[in-house]
Amino acid sequence: MATQHSRSAARLMMAPAVVLLLGWMLVPLTMTLYFSFKKYLPMRGDSLANGLDWVGFANYTRFLTSSSFWPSVYATLVIVGGVLVITVILGIFLALLLDQPMWGQGIVRILVIAPFFVMPTVSGLVWKNMFMDPVNGFFAHVWRSVGAQPIEWLSQASLPSLILIVSWQWLPFATLILLTAFQSLDQEQLEAAEMDGARWPQRFVFIVLPHLSRAITVVLLIQTIFLLSIFAEIFVTTQGAFGTKTLTYLIFQRVLESQNVGLGSAGGVYAIILANIVAIFLMRIVGKNLDA
Amino acid sequence: MGQIQLNQVSKSFGSVEVIPPLDLTIEDGEFVVFVGPSGCGKSTLLRLIAGLEDVTGGHVTIDGQDATEVAPAKRGLAMVFQSYALYPHMSVRKNIAFPLRMAGLDKAEQDRSVAQAAEVLNLTDYLDRRPGQLSGGQRQRVAIGRAIVREPAAFLFDEPLSNLDAALRVGMRLEISELHKRLKTTMIYVTHDQVEAMTMADKIVVLQAGVIEQVGSPLELYQRPRNTFVAGFIGSPKMNLIQGPGAEKHGAATIGIRPEHIDINENEGLWQGTVGVSEHLGSDTFFHVQCNASHEPLTVRATGEMALEYGAEVHLTPRTEHLHKFDVKGLRME
Repeated sequence: MATQHSRSAARLMMAPAVVLLLGWMLVPLTMTLYFSFKKYLPMRGDSLANGLDWVGFANYTRFLTSSSFWPSVYATLVIVGGVLVITVILGIFLALLLDQPMWGQGIVRILVIAPFFVMPTVSGLVWKNMFMDPVNGFFAHVWRSVGAQPIEWLSQASLPSLILIVSWQWLPFATLILLTAFQSLDQEQLEAAEMDGARWPQRFVFIVLPHLSRAITVVLLIQTIFLLSIFAEIFVTTQGAFGTKTLTYLIFQRVLESQNVGLGSAGGVYAIILANIVAIFLMRIVGKNLDA
Repeated sequence: MGQIQLNQVSKSFGSVEVIPPLDLTIEDGEFVVFVGPSGCGKSTLLRLIAGLEDVTGGHVTIDGQDATEVAPAKRGLAMVFQSYALYPHMSVRKNIAFPLRMAGLDKAEQDRSVAQAAEVLNLTDYLDRRPGQLSGGQRQRVAIGRAIVREPAAFLFDEPLSNLDAALRVGMRLEISELHKRLKTTMIYVTHDQVEAMTMADKIVVLQAGVIEQVGSPLELYQRPRNTFVAGFIGSPKMNLIQGPGAEKHGAATIGIRPEHIDINENEGLWQGTVGVSEHLGSDTFFHVQCNASHEPLTVRATGEMALEYGAEVHLTPRTEHLHKFDVKGLRME
């Protein structure tokens, strides 16, 4: 049916969607690039209508030389890395547990998935006020009940606390993907390995883990994309204080708190570059698992 | 050595008894085929021997040692699965070497055993491929290779040929038989295909609903089926079983006659009938004849040259010396 005519008709009909998607991506990207080379301080009277001054790479140098830049890159990488490690390892264990036949399996599975449906802002506030509050929080009560001094989680251990909150949100995602991978494992392979003399840890390492590798790759890639841009959890808990200022949060502060659109845009371009570096590394390390 | 003995072995899943207590002895070096219709418990019985399922009652004895509570890997048995169960992320070499690696053999010894097994199974050129890059027959051979290197007391095959196409199945059947002649190791082979059972077995165990209907050599089963189930199951095409007045004339509840033991003649004979469908195989022709002796059409074998029209009137004569008689319970009468 793929005649010349039907092909050109198909292209014509797809065109609006393609144009819309392209515009959706290109317009913000071009504007960001455009602003990053301009002095644009709305509170000082700069506006598009009056025309903006060209400043060359001044925004880029200023963003890079700011004392907040490298700590923000560090915070971003620590949070992303920490969450990835925790969700993948715990996800494997949880998936392993949920794969066992048990009473009330359906309900337990829904409960495990539930955190994924909680909005990031809400979960950030719940963790901050109900668990990590040094006076009324649940953890504070636990600490006091054993006679210990409650930890001020979000200031004394700010990065681990944020990693904990974000991991809690993303664990269900990892668990779900890994659980489906577990279920697609051919039981005869495990039985064959058992006959071949492999004990349980050996069966896990030689049969189960290789089988999971593709699912783990998917979890790593998808989570990285979303974790590089986490914002709400930081906004409602530490507001970027105590070393939790990620690159995303730094850009937000430059644009909205300092009202410097040009500087923020330059930061945005750095964020794109960082995301690409991370993506290339990830693809190099794990991307070959997606072949075949 | 590989003598396997089952004493009063039974298996239940919950309240469902799949295998009532049964006894069976498999001698060292024998090629034993478990055959029966789907769901008769033949695969379960094999898994009980392998140790992949726990027995509900009774004892499994291997070479005189009670192996009922012994872990599968420690029983010295190797199994070839229906799906081959190769490890997809490992090369053929690593697949075959896996049991040796688990046993902690050193690298040189592993390589030597793998090379030897690959030689026997014509896999030398494929050692560095992944299972996904192999054809069905080659995968089957890799699975067998993985079993051979362990030098087991007995091989267990769980419907190993059912995923292959017809031509390949005939070839693999020969290869497995030849392997048995060469290794002289006990083999237990599960299949639902009675042709495989007849062609490969030293001893056939016919199962139905977890019960052993008959144990014997292929020809014993063919010539002297113990009951109507075995009579109908062994042989292709099936034995004709006739009930009612036709059988009572011979003093039996059911009589059986194989297609090749009925003479077909256009002019005269004991029974009269009309020809239905004819199946021409070249060497033989099978006629399905509706006759006055039975409600079901009878299958009759004739030479390949014989041709009869659909609806032709014919006469059939059974050779009485080959008649099988069964009583009301379906058991063979002498």
